[in-house]
Amino acid sequence: MTAASPSPAKAAPPALPAGRDVRGADRPRRWSFVVTLTVLGGLLLASATAGMAIGSVHVPPGDVWGIVTHALGADRSEPAWSRARETIVLDVRAPRVLLGAVTGAGLAVIGTAMQALVRNPLAEPYLLGVSSGASLGAVAVIVFGVSLFGPLSLSVAAFAGALLTLLLVYSTARAGGRITSVRLVLSGVAMAAVLTALTNMLLLTSGRGNEARAVLAWTLGGLGGVQWDTLWLPGAALLLGIAVLLVQARSLNLLLAGEEAATSMGLDVARFRGRMFVLLSLVTGVLVAAAGPIGFVGLMLPHVVRLFVGGDHRRVLPAAALAGAVFLVWADIAARTVAAPMEIPVGVLTALCGGPFFLWMMRRDARRATSRGVA
Amino acid sequence: MSGAELTVEAVTLTAGAHHLVRDVSLTARPGEVVGLVGPNGSGKSSLLRTVYRVLRPDAGSVRVDGADAWTLPVRRLSRTVAAVVQDAGADFDLTVREVVSMGRTPHKRLLDGDSAEDASIVAWALDAVDATALADRSFDRLSGGERQRVLIARALAQQPALLVLDEPTNHLDIRHQLEVLGLLRQLPATVLVALHDLNLAAYYCDRLYVLCDGAVTASGPPGEVLTAELLADVYGVAAEVGVHPRTGAAQVSFLPGAPAARAGAGVGDSAGP
Repeated sequence: MTAASPSPAKAAPPALPAGRDVRGADRPRRWSFVVTLTVLGGLLLASATAGMAIGSVHVPPGDVWGIVTHALGADRSEPAWSRARETIVLDVRAPRVLLGAVTGAGLAVIGTAMQALVRNPLAEPYLLGVSSGASLGAVAVIVFGVSLFGPLSLSVAAFAGALLTLLLVYSTARAGGRITSVRLVLSGVAMAAVLTALTNMLLLTSGRGNEARAVLAWTLGGLGGVQWDTLWLPGAALLLGIAVLLVQARSLNLLLAGEEAATSMGLDVARFRGRMFVLLSLVTGVLVAAAGPIGFVGLMLPHVVRLFVGGDHRRVLPAAALAGAVFLVWADIAARTVAAPMEIPVGVLTALCGGPFFLWMMRRDARRATSRGVA
Repeated sequence: MSGAELTVEAVTLTAGAHHLVRDVSLTARPGEVVGLVGPNGSGKSSLLRTVYRVLRPDAGSVRVDGADAWTLPVRRLSRTVAAVVQDAGADFDLTVREVVSMGRTPHKRLLDGDSAEDASIVAWALDAVDATALADRSFDRLSGGERQRVLIARALAQQPALLVLDEPTNHLDIRHQLEVLGLLRQLPATVLVALHDLNLAAYYCDRLYVLCDGAVTASGPPGEVLTAELLADVYGVAAEVGVHPRTGAAQVSFLPGAPAARAGAGVGDSAGP
């Protein structure tokens, strides 16, 4: 070593100093995580009860619980409610509430992961056109009557449409290196416009008047008419998605540090992103096939829960899932009741909340950017 | 753990028809602090990126302790090599402690939680860059200099045998510049660091490599490398180089008004070819 040895200024020695209570400082967030999960869990139970109680025929919450526990075999006492009510709760409302919860949870989780993967807080399956791609796939299957994969055809086609769209939007936005919010959202919106136009064209020229109208209603997003025997697929897709993403939560965290930093911390970014895109498209495809494209859930809920639990994906993912479920169950209750006996597509209501939220986020980001530029 | 040996051999990196790095060879022996200096756009960052595996060299090899950095699994490499890069992350509301904890990832398996050992390594890394008081602040709300120190702490938490830093003193006030560079000297790791400030480079580095237009124009101990002639040649500035009487390190004083004594430019008689 030929250079002068530096003066031992005040640099800390690289020995591990022990004795400081390093874990205690993490307690506030861990505590608020537990509280948030508990509150959300309670809210979900209450929301599900409300979802089964409220409607054109009102069923008291006590009866709802009686009917459900009875059906689960936990309560063998003599039923004190009418047969009709039992049918309404078990065969009509319960599957609908369940699909709402599954879809809401799925969309929120997908939004969370997508925001990390494209490193953009405005990312969401609907805004990026991914849901429109899934819709086009599903509608093509219906119109052309393809059934290569039997009852799964709809979901498979929606998955393919979602994946193709996501890859296209991502590579368009990425052209020239860095992804900016503007480019990402604009290419998503442009892609969604084209895909929606194609979907509508397919439907209107298919020559199946009534069926086309039913499918058009589905493209607005709705949870009506769901039955028990089709619920397992979205449920399975949700569980798969959450399980894989939770296992990969550390890698998602690394992406928050930027691609180069993530690479230097051992993440093969391109491969990881490719795999996750496939997973997210799969879940999106299945959910869209079941409930239609429902927008903005994946945008709003992740940001709301981050306010409470911070940005670590190990905490955001479960909290976002619960919050998304609660949100969509209530959105569906509103969709059924605000204009009763008419039913509003739930996607219309989520857009009504989500659009303003989106604008607020853009303003907030702009403010942050300027305040940082000045500093 | 006294640091890994880095051997960069004849690395060339192109972007289209443009050469970012041409035929660069460089070594850093275990425990050395090796500085990379040169004007803007001379290829310092690009060369560093070939070491932490962001830009694959078009020719040549990068070896860490004899193993090719580009054939090792990226995860394996990240247990040996850590980097402090210039690309900051997005706004996602992580605390400083969470950001530094990311540095533990290469040492974790998929479902591992954060152990007490991780927590104490993170605490040490925070302490080393004088950022313990920031631990529970939101990373997004920090000043540029505070962020830079936290990112260095994150790299330290990786416990690397080779630490690569791209302009780590950017945004730092002078006290923290000195502290960070002093810390680099005390780490049980080999350090490759790109620096702008030649006097700091001279004081803290064992050896320097001077890059110009993507190629190495000089290398060796700072006292031998930093000459008025080289500075005129590479930077196009006039300077006087002496030895500081107290520190014993090479000391560059710039002479902004004077014409640069560019070799071959006919200014100095002795400099002509």
